[in-house]
Amino acid sequence: MELLIGLITGIIWGYIFQRARIVRFEKHAGLLTLTDLTVLKFLLSGVVVGALGIQLLTTLGLAPYHLKPTFVAANFVGGVIYGLGWALLGYCPGTMPGAVGEGSLDGLFGILGGLCGAMAYAHTYPFWKEKLFGIGAYGKISLPMLLHLPPLLVGAIFAGLLLAFIVFLEKMGW
Amino acid sequence: MRNGWSPYLGGALTGLLLVLSVLVTYQLFGHPRYLGTSTAYVKVAGLIEKAVSPTAVETNAYYQKKKPGIDWKVMLVLGVPLGAFLAAIRNGEFRPRWVPGVWRERFGTSPAVRALGAFVGGFLLIYGARLAGGCPSGHGLSGMSQLAVSAFIVVAGFFAGGIPLALILYGRRR
Repeated sequence: MELLIGLITGIIWGYIFQRARIVRFEKHAGLLTLTDLTVLKFLLSGVVVGALGIQLLTTLGLAPYHLKPTFVAANFVGGVIYGLGWALLGYCPGTMPGAVGEGSLDGLFGILGGLCGAMAYAHTYPFWKEKLFGIGAYGKISLPMLLHLPPLLVGAIFAGLLLAFIVFLEKMGW
Repeated sequence: MRNGWSPYLGGALTGLLLVLSVLVTYQLFGHPRYLGTSTAYVKVAGLIEKAVSPTAVETNAYYQKKKPGIDWKVMLVLGVPLGAFLAAIRNGEFRPRWVPGVWRERFGTSPAVRALGAFVGGFLLIYGARLAGGCPSGHGLSGMSQLAVSAFIVVAGFFAGGIPLALILYGRRR
């Protein structure tokens, strides 16, 4: 049952991806060369709704958080490696299968590379664990915990800031 | 709309999908399923490796943390190409192609060169995502919606790696 829900969620998501155009190489290359912000706009509005919705759910006790722990060095170094791959590939892990679904068959090689990358990571994990994971390990922390403020308030302020940024982007004609 | 959806609409629907997924999976199965895709690559990579050498997987610390198998996350990622295919077919946009336009302008029409670029890109993408602990869905959407500190560091890393390389690879075009 849970697997079926996962599949249905994925199908809806893929449908949205294709309709919003964010499965395309051009959109990702455009974001990273700062010439087409479609993917950023998608993510921004997703987080506006997501932040309000998730903070509401958790505040009402309808669902718990599932926070990813903070390891400052590993988070950042991993992010940079990801960014290099993102620029070369022009897809992200979620939209890449969607690109294939739209007919961008080069995405198949990206998926193959991704599977090899996952294997390589599994075998080099002890190295990073020893070298990097100790630096800036703060555990599962969130902004509301750091600020000692109610999560729903921080979520609302954050969503408001993102909305202001969206309005700014549109005013600037990006 | 003939020309696809606004990225803001697509993003908002994705935010809604995240909130619904967390609510429904927690209420039905007792654990919240936040949207995230890069773990699925590890689960499938582990399955492939297990078929070749079961002991290599059993003794691997990372595969013991992220157990190989078909779970909700793998089904989610399998659903995406189905949804994107459905959307592309419905809107007459399914078109098999091996080389994206922007790539072609810079690196030529060779599918082999593009396949190599996509493979290396995909490798770095997932390798980096696993080191960072997630991708733009896991950290970007789900992480930022939870206001997790790790998410902000990782997303900064994505752009710190991606923007300089993309500018070098594709230049600034408008």
